Amino acid sequence: MLLTVTDLRKSYPAGDNPVTVLNGVDLTLDAGQSLALTGESGSGKSTLLHLIGGLDLPDSGAIVLNGADIAGLDDKGRAAVRRGTVGVVFQQFNLIPSLRVADNIAFHARLAGRHDPAWAARLADRMGLTAHLAKFPEQLSGGQQQRVALARTLAARPQLVLADEPTGNLDEATAATVMDLMLELVAETGAALLIVTHSDRVAARLDRRIHLARGRVT
Amino acid sequence: MNVRVILLALWLPCMAAAQGFAGLGSSSDGYALPAPGYNFQFPADHGPHPDFRIEWWYVTANMTGPDGTDYGLQWTLFRSAIAPGTGSGCETPQLWMGHAAVTTPTDHHVTERLARGGIGQAGVTADPFEAWIDDWQLVGDVGHLRMTATGPDFAYDVTLTANGPLVFHGDRGYSVKSEAGQASYYYSQPFYDLTGTLTLPEGDVTVTGHAWLDREWSSQPLTADQTGWDWFSLSFDDGAKLMGYRLRSADGSAYSVGTWINADGTTDSLNPDEFRAEPGATHTVAGHTVPVEWRVRVPSRGLDVTVAAINRDAWMATSVPYWEGSVTISGSAKGRGYLEMTGYE
Amino acid sequence: MIRTVWSALWSQWRRNPLQLFTLMAGLALATALWSGVQAINAEARASYDVAAATLGEGQFAQILPSEGGAIAQETYVKLRRAGWLVSPVVEGRLAGVRVVGLDPLTAPGGLGPVRFAQGADIIPFLSGRGQVFGGAEALDALKGQTEADLILSPDVAPGTVLTDIGVAQRLLDMPGQITRLIVARTQPLGRPDLATVAPGLTLRPPQGGSDIGRLTDSFHLNLTAFGLLSFAVGIFIVNGAIGLAFEQRRPMVRTLRALGMPLGQLMGLIAVELVGLALLAGIVGVALGYLIAAALLPDVSATLRGLYGAEVSGTLHLRPVWWLSGLAISVGGTLAAGAGAMWSLWTMPLLSSAQPRAWAMRSGQAAAVQGALAVGLLAVALGLALTGDGLVAGFALLACLLIGAALLLPIVLRLVLAGAERLAKGPLAQWFWADTRQQVPGLSLALMALLLAMAANVGVSTMVSSFRLTFVGFLDQRLSSELYVTTDSAEQAAALVAWVTPRVDAVLPIQSSQITLAGRPTDLYGARDQATYRDNWKFLDAAADPWDQVAAGAGILVNEQLARRSSLSIGQTVDVAGQSFVIVGVYGDYGNPIGQAIITETVFHDLFPQITAQRFGLRLPPADVPALTRALTDDFGLPAANIINQAGIKAFSLGVFDRTFTVTTALNILTLSVAGFAILMSLLTLAGMRVPQLAPVWALGLTRAELGRLELVRAVLLAILTAVCAIPLGLGLAWVLLAIVNVAAFGWRLPMYLFPWDYARLVLFALVAAGLAALWPARRLARTPPTDLLKVFANER
Repeated sequence: MLLTVTDLRKSYPAGDNPVTVLNGVDLTLDAGQSLALTGESGSGKSTLLHLIGGLDLPDSGAIVLNGADIAGLDDKGRAAVRRGTVGVVFQQFNLIPSLRVADNIAFHARLAGRHDPAWAARLADRMGLTAHLAKFPEQLSGGQQQRVALARTLAARPQLVLADEPTGNLDEATAATVMDLMLELVAETGAALLIVTHSDRVAARLDRRIHLARGRVT
Repeated sequence: MNVRVILLALWLPCMAAAQGFAGLGSSSDGYALPAPGYNFQFPADHGPHPDFRIEWWYVTANMTGPDGTDYGLQWTLFRSAIAPGTGSGCETPQLWMGHAAVTTPTDHHVTERLARGGIGQAGVTADPFEAWIDDWQLVGDVGHLRMTATGPDFAYDVTLTANGPLVFHGDRGYSVKSEAGQASYYYSQPFYDLTGTLTLPEGDVTVTGHAWLDREWSSQPLTADQTGWDWFSLSFDDGAKLMGYRLRSADGSAYSVGTWINADGTTDSLNPDEFRAEPGATHTVAGHTVPVEWRVRVPSRGLDVTVAAINRDAWMATSVPYWEGSVTISGSAKGRGYLEMTGYE
Repeated sequence: MIRTVWSALWSQWRRNPLQLFTLMAGLALATALWSGVQAINAEARASYDVAAATLGEGQFAQILPSEGGAIAQETYVKLRRAGWLVSPVVEGRLAGVRVVGLDPLTAPGGLGPVRFAQGADIIPFLSGRGQVFGGAEALDALKGQTEADLILSPDVAPGTVLTDIGVAQRLLDMPGQITRLIVARTQPLGRPDLATVAPGLTLRPPQGGSDIGRLTDSFHLNLTAFGLLSFAVGIFIVNGAIGLAFEQRRPMVRTLRALGMPLGQLMGLIAVELVGLALLAGIVGVALGYLIAAALLPDVSATLRGLYGAEVSGTLHLRPVWWLSGLAISVGGTLAAGAGAMWSLWTMPLLSSAQPRAWAMRSGQAAAVQGALAVGLLAVALGLALTGDGLVAGFALLACLLIGAALLLPIVLRLVLAGAERLAKGPLAQWFWADTRQQVPGLSLALMALLLAMAANVGVSTMVSSFRLTFVGFLDQRLSSELYVTTDSAEQAAALVAWVTPRVDAVLPIQSSQITLAGRPTDLYGARDQATYRDNWKFLDAAADPWDQVAAGAGILVNEQLARRSSLSIGQTVDVAGQSFVIVGVYGDYGNPIGQAIITETVFHDLFPQITAQRFGLRLPPADVPALTRALTDDFGLPAANIINQAGIKAFSLGVFDRTFTVTTALNILTLSVAGFAILMSLLTLAGMRVPQLAPVWALGLTRAELGRLELVRAVLLAILTAVCAIPLGLGLAWVLLAIVNVAAFGWRLPMYLFPWDYARLVLFALVAAGLAALWPARRLARTPPTDLLKVFANER
């Protein structure tokens, strides 16, 4: 089992009464498997993804990734998880504005020590980015930017790809293209995939689907 | 505060405003005091009286130039004792101050000299008569005097010839200054004819006219609440003259006295309030607002005249500043005169 | 509608109080530095009038007995009665104290160092036992010698007491005698000749008074330059704050215009708002400037007094000139800084992107324009340096150099950082350089301020230190004799030479004549051929054996001022009193406003037989100086004022320079602090923009602490790079000040010395300032909650 989440709880301080976002979530994910995480706005699906990605700390519960509980890690340990084990694609602003597209794509892989120029070039080619490699992110369209983010994540060959509504900011046609590329390439790398989405069409294409409501799996 | 500014403190040993103008209201301890019935002795009394605190030789003159321009002139020597007595050399307590001025309808030239007594830089001798400070002189005998003064931008050299007697004010020269009895010895020679030359920036001017000498000495001529005075010496075209002054008190009241001088030199003392002077138009000069027109009345003589300055800017910017200048008289009588106003803050 | 617009405009400040604070603080600090320096200048200049009269020290003409001895009191009175407005001074020594007697009644206005307290009673000064004013030691020495009241007065020069002339005559046993007479400046009409009234007296014209203004001008020029530099630093901050504020206003301006607000009216309101803020900040700045000036003035006045003998009161008065100029410069500076920002708002198309365009990222085109401007300005500066002449050109050169360098800075930094990025190995290093380069536009105004502050520091300290080295060397050269004595007459001079010759190693007569040389007023000196000169004099330019040629009779030495102004050089021939001389040497003559030349003594006597030396330099073992000084006053009877001890002057000069350094250091620290503040404010305002730039890196596996550390390193790195640029710029600045402005203003060039340790220390200071400024923003970043970072990626952002 690649990922096992047990009784995960998280609340945010908001005045006198903390808002409970996750209220005892359990889930599992095998290597190479894909999972759709759906739910209403505010159901806690993004928070769950952040906790699994080592971007934030739960109040209680366990997130066992590759046999180690990352819920107990410090800043440094979680940074290592983000660098080496997972790859995250957010809805927007994924890219480092000061680096060119080529450097953005290579960045995560180089940080993780798994940079393979041939693989990166192939990814760029598959993503249709070859002509844009020398550009800065701000010179790209939204769809292009998301493709760069995806290429960057895959270039690092993470065991688990986390995507938080990666096409949420794109128009329908572009979103479909990006999503197709994503599913295709993740499958190719053999990484597990966890997507936060509100699209049934996307969810239907994945191995499993979990619905969150009021901080629980339903 | 430089030395020049200190002079103010020097000349006014007691600066507090309550002490009256120019410290004349301060205590007279140790100094001689004027008394009624004094028997003037001349020429000795033309000379200094070092036991009294303050004394002056004060000449004012109204003159006319060849083109009819009116001029006024002042020559004054003040003696001030910072302690009674004479002492010797540099250590004499007698200090001297000279003021000289020439007023023209457009300009007012003023200069001042200061000197210590005892070393010959300034002083007065009675016989032969000479009053001097530096190069300024009033010399001769009191009937016929040569008077000179110089300043940075003017000078004069004139001759005064008396054609009338000395005139004694108040009670035969005992002049009372307040209801409380402060008094001075005071006499005048108002009958001088004047000829001479004024040296002005525009050039020399030959002048003729009339001059008036005042001699006064005292130790405490003002009460502590008297803040200043307005003094008039008026010469009417018919030969009569009027000396009158008005001592102002802090409470706004005034004490007025005067002497009516007939053309033959006989005098009549005017009782308090028989001489009336009312301020008219004012003028601000050097930050001081002074009345430069007056209505002067002596009802008992049928006199009701307007006295107006020929140059309203005749401010004496000296250590002890005051207004002093030539005036013209119009109304029930015509003539020329001099006006002195002190204590206008 | 206007009220609505106001509230809209103000809402920005309400939401960004930090930005408002930056703007106000930047303006206030700039104004404070400017007006502080101006206040010092204004105060000093105002004091010169008062200072023009220290007792008997050459401000007034004086009358002295031609044959020495005393003047009879009768002669004084005779002069007064002839219309000469003169005031007597009695001077002598008693119990080792210089006793000076004055006559307060005749002393010219402004004479006398004693300042009586307001309302002080002068009667006891003039009568009774009398009063003696002096310092504690002098009064102690007189205890038991006089019955006069001894009154402690710190204003009286050490070793001197002041009293009435009568008391002085008694104390000194000089009845009826006067030492000298001071001649009032204004005299009455019709005054006879002095010789007619009082034969045997000599009128000595006022000495040196008019030089003070010209000499002190040098000092004030330096201070003014500093003030301008400080203000420039401040204006960069203001520019930054205003630029940022306007960028953030773009969406609002767009909305307001879309709602029908005329652009002109909107601009008017913004201008009014800016002027209001500038006035407010200006008032605060003037108040701060007053504090700065009040704190520095005592040292400045000590410097001026020591260097140039100019008395400047140590207390400050509020003069309308400088506080009005402070407000004016605050408003002017704001409008100048705001003009560009207003222009870009004015020209912004109504439908352009309402997003705050990445203000930090100037387009390549703008950078190119800026670069072209910078290069153009530097080219003009170079042209001026090569061909320019005069003070205006000097200042224009300064302006072009500084502004050009400041504009060039971001471009240079970006080039350097791009180079570093190419050389970088790891992804993190590559990102660090790239990201640093991206920060340059946002920080460029603060960095320009830092550049100018450091350049000003380097420039001004180099100038002051060079001045000190030069001046001390010059004193060593010029004051090579241990004692300098002045006699009052030819007879006294002869007596002195006879008396002193067996007591010293050498007597060097100092004799001069005022002549016109090469069309300029010049003091010509006749120097004795003596080892003292050969050993000590240094030349800026000289023939092989200048002193031999001078001694041979045909050589002449000229000072730098004369050489420059009349374009004289070695080997040229000049005429003196009909005789030709070859210029064999040019020497530095710092602080002297007029020309000077030296020929040998024998030729001098042939040309000017009527002149005999009355001043002498005495060479003797330093240890014997105190004994000889005492003997000269007590045995020979020379007034103490006529004896100058060289060691004393040197020690004094060094003390003066140390004070100058205090002032310079204080201004340096203030300017650097302002620049540090600019960096802090820029970093804080940029912090909001930084989060989206850093969040991806964080998400990819860096900790917040690492990012914070990198932020700190980045600020320090930029400061180092700026410092590296600032040092050559500062040296250029110093060179312009020393070699161009000073020459144009005063006719002499100061040699420039380098002080590497000072510069190293300065770089360190700048790093500390930048590090301190970056510390807080970096810590804030390191503690940003992950949720804040995550918001970057979320839709709700």
